[in-house]
Amino acid sequence: MAGLDLLPAVIDLVAVLLLALGIKGLSKVSTARSANGLAALAMGLAVLGLLIQQPLSPQAWLWIAVGTAVGGLLGLVTAQRVPMTAMPETVALFNGCGGMASLLVALGVALYGPGGTPGLVEQVSIVISVFVGAITFSGSIAAMGKLQGWIDTPGWTQSSLRHGVNIALAVACLAGAVALPGAMAGFPLWLLVVASSLLGIGVTLPIGGADMPVVISLLNSYSGVAAAAAGFVVGSQLLIVAGAMVGAAGLILTQVMCTAMNRSLVSVLFGGALGGAAPVGGGGEEAGYTRITSCSAEECALALEAAERVVFVPGYGLAVAQAQHALRELSKLLEAHGVGVTYAIHPVAGRMPGHMNVLLAEADVPYEQLLEMDTINPEFPRTDVVIVLGANDVVNPDAKTDSTSPLYGMPVLEVDQARQVFVVKRSLGAGYAGIKNALFELPQTAMVFGDAKSVLNGLLSELRSMGVGKKVAA
Amino acid sequence: MSALTQALWVLLLGSLLGLELIGKVPPTLHTPLMSGANAISGITVLASLTLIAQANGQLPLLVLGSLSLGFALFNVVGGFLVTDRMLAMFSRKKTRSGGAG
Repeated sequence: MAGLDLLPAVIDLVAVLLLALGIKGLSKVSTARSANGLAALAMGLAVLGLLIQQPLSPQAWLWIAVGTAVGGLLGLVTAQRVPMTAMPETVALFNGCGGMASLLVALGVALYGPGGTPGLVEQVSIVISVFVGAITFSGSIAAMGKLQGWIDTPGWTQSSLRHGVNIALAVACLAGAVALPGAMAGFPLWLLVVASSLLGIGVTLPIGGADMPVVISLLNSYSGVAAAAAGFVVGSQLLIVAGAMVGAAGLILTQVMCTAMNRSLVSVLFGGALGGAAPVGGGGEEAGYTRITSCSAEECALALEAAERVVFVPGYGLAVAQAQHALRELSKLLEAHGVGVTYAIHPVAGRMPGHMNVLLAEADVPYEQLLEMDTINPEFPRTDVVIVLGANDVVNPDAKTDSTSPLYGMPVLEVDQARQVFVVKRSLGAGYAGIKNALFELPQTAMVFGDAKSVLNGLLSELRSMGVGKKVAA
Repeated sequence: MSALTQALWVLLLGSLLGLELIGKVPPTLHTPLMSGANAISGITVLASLTLIAQANGQLPLLVLGSLSLGFALFNVVGGFLVTDRMLAMFSRKKTRSGGAG
């Protein structure tokens, strides 16, 4: 009898252990994949433990089946269909839905209180769960919209007006939270829901795209907090532990990312988009550049053909153009020609740390050719040709030299040390940080205008017509 | 120890564990780790299931619980699968480069 009572508790404990081991294993390359499976197993175990603990009516089973079928199927399809380039948006979407789940649970308990009238602890937990859940949901969706380019950054969000709006919303949240315990199902609850949701959007919207990874990571941490709060609401210790672990781990990851960009969390959250002085929304501004040299794919191909060491610097432009396979093909051709090829990966290249590694891995680029910033920077003076593919702010030399630049202090790839630099870019538009790049005006820099994929394909056909790599291929 | 105190201890220790779990992460793994942690945060399925279990036949609770379960499972299933997709590419790359070099 006692043994049977103990079973769910043992299952819970094992689940927590496996979850912790899973998170730990995910931080090592060799164990990451099995650790992910371990965490999934732990989750299944936790669900099993709960199901054998709770007596369920057939009606409850029916509703569980419906929710499982719909959510599981949509998750399955989304995970398989979504392109690797859209990873940050996808994580944001999943994350938002997790927040929404916590919000709905808290709403259910607040409105219909299954276990009688909620006590004070439950009421406080409900407030936290609704608040954090709503912010996680709306903030994640706003982040996703920005990354997908569905939402622009409205002008007013770059002025100090946004602080006023957000403070007003925060006050409304607070008012709702304070009034809530007195009237569970009334106006304060809906005030809290609406104001928290708007606050999530209001806080996320002004943040520039360059800082978006940090925001997604932070929101990921929030969804852990929301889950822990939901754990207090329904009285599940397993949920509290797991939520707290994810919340804390997410916070650490956020901090790691901030360090990589030399930004503080405070300036990311409240500083607005970098370079507020730049014209907002006028993405295509070409004013300000005076000494630009542009060149054709042919000239670039000639330089590549003659080079001994070539470094590619991939950025978000590469991801958008889905050009990773074309890049891999070009590298193979150059290697066959005896050119040493490496890739310089800035810690925050793309829209998320590790984003470029994932993309290039998809194109079968050998692991050893991906060099991190600290390894590659001393190599640039001995590099003949650097090709920057849709990266901008991470190669801006102003970050080292110009103390007035908003980027000042951010570690960058020192491509300006190389003999020749080609920047593949669609236009002279500012980067995500919205500021001018001094690299473009250097004498050794030439711009190759065009979308990364078409430029790379152009280079490929130029090189092939020159007969590069033929001996080996034949 | 009251249930609340106990729950607060659990919260504290869980948070401390989370802080310690990921000290050093190679940048390569930042995205998969974020995605994996995100999938784990879908553990809120437990709350959804509890809500349904305790609904006592109340339709609004069943609907809310089921909806919440759908959202949470979307997070869990999608999150784990997408993480696996990313990590699968790393392992494939590792074996290939190992064979070549």
